[in-house]
Amino acid sequence: MTATTRRAGPQALPERSPGPARPRRTGRIRRIGLPYLLLLPALLLELLVHLVPMVIGIAMSFKELTQFSIRDWGSAPWSGTDNYRLSVDFHGAVGEALLHSFLVTVVFTVLSVGLCWLIGTSAALYMQDTFRGRGLLRAVFLVPYALPVYAAVITWAFMFQHDNGLVNHVLHDQLHLTGKPSFWLIGDNSFYALLTVSVWKGWPFAFLVVVAGLQNIPTELYEAAALDGAGRWQQIRRITLPSLRPVNQVLVLVLFLWTFNDFNTPYVLFGKSAPEAADLISLHIYQSSFVTWNFGTGSAMSVLLLLFLLVVTGCYLLLTSRGRRTTDV
Amino acid sequence: MRKIRTAAMGAATLSLALAATACGGGSATGGGSNDSPRTLTYWASNQGASISVDQKVLKPELDKFEQRTGIKVKLEVVPWSDLLNRILTATTSGQGPDVLNIGNTWSASLQATGALLPWDAANFAKIGGKERFVDSALGSTGAQGKDPAAVPLYSMSYALYYNKQLFAEAGMAKPPVTWDELVADGKKIEAKGKNGLGAEGANLSNNIHQVFVLAQQHGADFFTPDGRPDFTSDGVVAAVKQYVDLMAKDKVVGQSNAEYAQNQSLSDFAKGKTAMVLWQTASATFKSLGMKDSEWGVAPAPVQSGTPGAGAQVNSMVAGINMAVFKNTHNLDGAAGFVKFMTSDEEQKILNTAYGSIPSVKAAQADPAFNSPGTAVLRQTLATSARALPQVPDESQFETAVGTAVKELFADAAAGRAVTTESVKARLRKAEQQMPAA
Amino acid sequence: MSDRVKSPPSPMAPPRSFRWSRRIFLTLLTGFVLLPVYVMVSSSLKPLQDVSGKFRWLPSGLTIRPYIDIWSTVPLAHYFTNSLVVAGAATVCSVVIAVFAAYAVSRYSFRGKRVFTVTVLSTQMFPGILFLLPLFLIYVNIGNATGIALFGSRGGLILTYLTFSLPFSIWMLIGYFDSVPRDLDEAALVDGCGPLGALFRVVVPAAVPGIVAVAVYAFMTAWGEVLFASVMTNDTTRTLAVGLQGYSTLNDVYWNQIMAASLVVSVPVVAGFLLLQRYLVAGLTAGTVK
Repeated sequence: MTATTRRAGPQALPERSPGPARPRRTGRIRRIGLPYLLLLPALLLELLVHLVPMVIGIAMSFKELTQFSIRDWGSAPWSGTDNYRLSVDFHGAVGEALLHSFLVTVVFTVLSVGLCWLIGTSAALYMQDTFRGRGLLRAVFLVPYALPVYAAVITWAFMFQHDNGLVNHVLHDQLHLTGKPSFWLIGDNSFYALLTVSVWKGWPFAFLVVVAGLQNIPTELYEAAALDGAGRWQQIRRITLPSLRPVNQVLVLVLFLWTFNDFNTPYVLFGKSAPEAADLISLHIYQSSFVTWNFGTGSAMSVLLLLFLLVVTGCYLLLTSRGRRTTDV
Repeated sequence: MRKIRTAAMGAATLSLALAATACGGGSATGGGSNDSPRTLTYWASNQGASISVDQKVLKPELDKFEQRTGIKVKLEVVPWSDLLNRILTATTSGQGPDVLNIGNTWSASLQATGALLPWDAANFAKIGGKERFVDSALGSTGAQGKDPAAVPLYSMSYALYYNKQLFAEAGMAKPPVTWDELVADGKKIEAKGKNGLGAEGANLSNNIHQVFVLAQQHGADFFTPDGRPDFTSDGVVAAVKQYVDLMAKDKVVGQSNAEYAQNQSLSDFAKGKTAMVLWQTASATFKSLGMKDSEWGVAPAPVQSGTPGAGAQVNSMVAGINMAVFKNTHNLDGAAGFVKFMTSDEEQKILNTAYGSIPSVKAAQADPAFNSPGTAVLRQTLATSARALPQVPDESQFETAVGTAVKELFADAAAGRAVTTESVKARLRKAEQQMPAA
Repeated sequence: MSDRVKSPPSPMAPPRSFRWSRRIFLTLLTGFVLLPVYVMVSSSLKPLQDVSGKFRWLPSGLTIRPYIDIWSTVPLAHYFTNSLVVAGAATVCSVVIAVFAAYAVSRYSFRGKRVFTVTVLSTQMFPGILFLLPLFLIYVNIGNATGIALFGSRGGLILTYLTFSLPFSIWMLIGYFDSVPRDLDEAALVDGCGPLGALFRVVVPAAVPGIVAVAVYAFMTAWGEVLFASVMTNDTTRTLAVGLQGYSTLNDVYWNQIMAASLVVSVPVVAGFLLLQRYLVAGLTAGTVK
């Protein structure tokens, strides 16, 4: 295995230390041109599949794009900021519903990311020492992450059925925890159902990343701490967790973005119209654009979502990086 | 660095402009042509028990069409979960099939896009004239006063299916005629430990079909004559409340029905867990679920009082499938010929028999094959007491908004929360506000 | 299987409290993880009346009927082939393109590098809904203009999926390449290899774990995607993720068949994933930790 022994650098996430200038001169043009040439395929694809469609999407958000105009959307009437005003008018029904969906998504994301991180980190820490069956256990833990979303979520939907599901069978029939069988796919409980599925599906990724992060903590640190008389719990608190900070910075961000934008899980679990309590924003926007045929408003909502994520990510990187610079150095 | 950024911005803007002009140009060119007269692409909806059943039913007929006309029909059976999205993207891009099936309630919405060929007198003449079709089916082919956007293909209507044995055990000789009787009968069934009536509480379309009929019976409409949403009138509120109350107050609908959206109520019925369901042409489904024809009976869906008829005596929506032609087809004549073939008396008999639906064509409907006890009620309903859902462009928004409101009300009822006139009205008001401003 | 992933040896044996809490925690977690897997496996072997009635832990009778029926209820084999072709091609292309891009970023300093990495990474934030319809329109228009059928074809789907996994792949590989000592490719350059020779003879072989990790990620992304596939495919190009919806039909939900099909669909990915998991850990170690 080619594990690196280098300590994690303290630089901000997307920034990489620039490569050393090559001393060799194999033709100036070639030297300058080569990196661009190497980037070209990636750049073209990003333009084709991500960037240009996004710009078109933003353009659409300033148009009135309903079933009357989608057939020839290029000449659909411009509507200025109407779509945005409709989306953020929280006294109107559309804005109110969007705000509700946004808040649900925020709470859901915070809980899901928090739980994924907690379970993933705990499992990784507990499995640091070798013990019998550790390899097998690790394989088992990765199964939820490896399963195709559709297969995993449909199984959960099967388990969450009111009459015939496993969850009610266990909670109600066998453990008698509830007075009567609960509904999990409609009503308020649907939030917990969604959260359970999301955590089940997401924590192995946190586990995987933290396991990887633990490999990079130099053994000497533990040895030194042990010499100081620190016990296992103290070592975790004083060495392991602080050393995992750079890993966590990335991990939490990635989990946050994936969870916030998650479409597949609620879509497979609830279908095209999610219960109010579990009305995640991506499904809400899907409904606003594809089900009710208002692509202008749907695009405006997407753009607002994108702006929110950009701001949050920016602030997050700024705060965590600054914090790290002062504490780590 | 700044230079690069400017350059990147420039490139992005340029590519946007290119894409925008390209996109703007592609789809606008409307009219059809006869550039490729030898082939047709046909999107069929999923009418049979599975996609492969549909393929088996349609294949021989398409072969027959090819033998007669030399036109090869490329068939794709599109699942319901994808059909509307596929039509939508086809509309946006102009890349669609030549001929397609649509749910007849979508007619006005799709008509508004302008992507479908209008069936004016000249086009109808190509397929044998408008008079051949059943009036009620023609009522669900687009907005009033406009040329229909589609032609009726299969027709269906709602009826009350009941389990004969469960009825006998509860001491009832005949099915209920009015809602009061239905509730009373349902309570007797519940007393025997079975469920009275099945419902699909989380199925938005089904919710709409049921509350639409009830609203008619309360003398109310979901839209004003000039097409504005009007969901909070007393009649509509009473109708929605009456439907949800079947679970909340009367308790003749099992609570678990609140989460049904995949026809679980039919499988409950076939298993003898539920004594009644209100459904459209369910006979083929019961058979595939292992229920014998002799085990169930069918009666007209209930009314408030009296007997089914027009106006407040309506007891079904006009359900069915329409056939449409994409305006920019490259085989206009072939498409019309194919529609003519599929709506011919002969094919109507074959296809509607296979799917357990009712022909949309008068001559075929009169065939004795559709006069069996199972279909006679449906045919009668369609002819005398069925009404088309509102033919407004915002129909799909209406289905989503009101269907969701009913779904949430069912969820309230299932959670044991009170369903009051106020709570119903509040949900409906919210639904109304979510409709696009007219 | 995972012995090659060495954890830092702990200088002290863990205390009792640690061992006990570990036992409890890992047992509960294993139960949570395996519950749906058990349901999937057991339900796929049950007759239909078992899965459409009250849940039971043990089947009333075992049957392999669902495993036979799944192939005829929907054309599963056909969807399977489509998914294999799409996911396979997307993976290969994605890895190759990501290797080139990551090499450029890792080994060269050039203008616009920061813009590139930031832009590529920020695409992770794009809500899929925002560009579903525009992307569709672009494919259609490219098709109209050039005759290359992207929309509705496997090609279009491959292009889409490979781009979905690109940002994360590039970013992970940059980290991995950075960890490959530069002296190695310097030496190769001195030996007369061109920059590409250095990439393929030195850097790529040294970065195999990272590349495998990226490949697994790309494959999984393409294998499970639902939204774009549902709009961009037709019945000849439909992939598994969409095709599986065919088991809930107008009449009934064939839960046992859904479970059997889900299992069949999952086996290749899960098996591959578990076989390659040690590479994943290694790849992530260098890739994300940096």
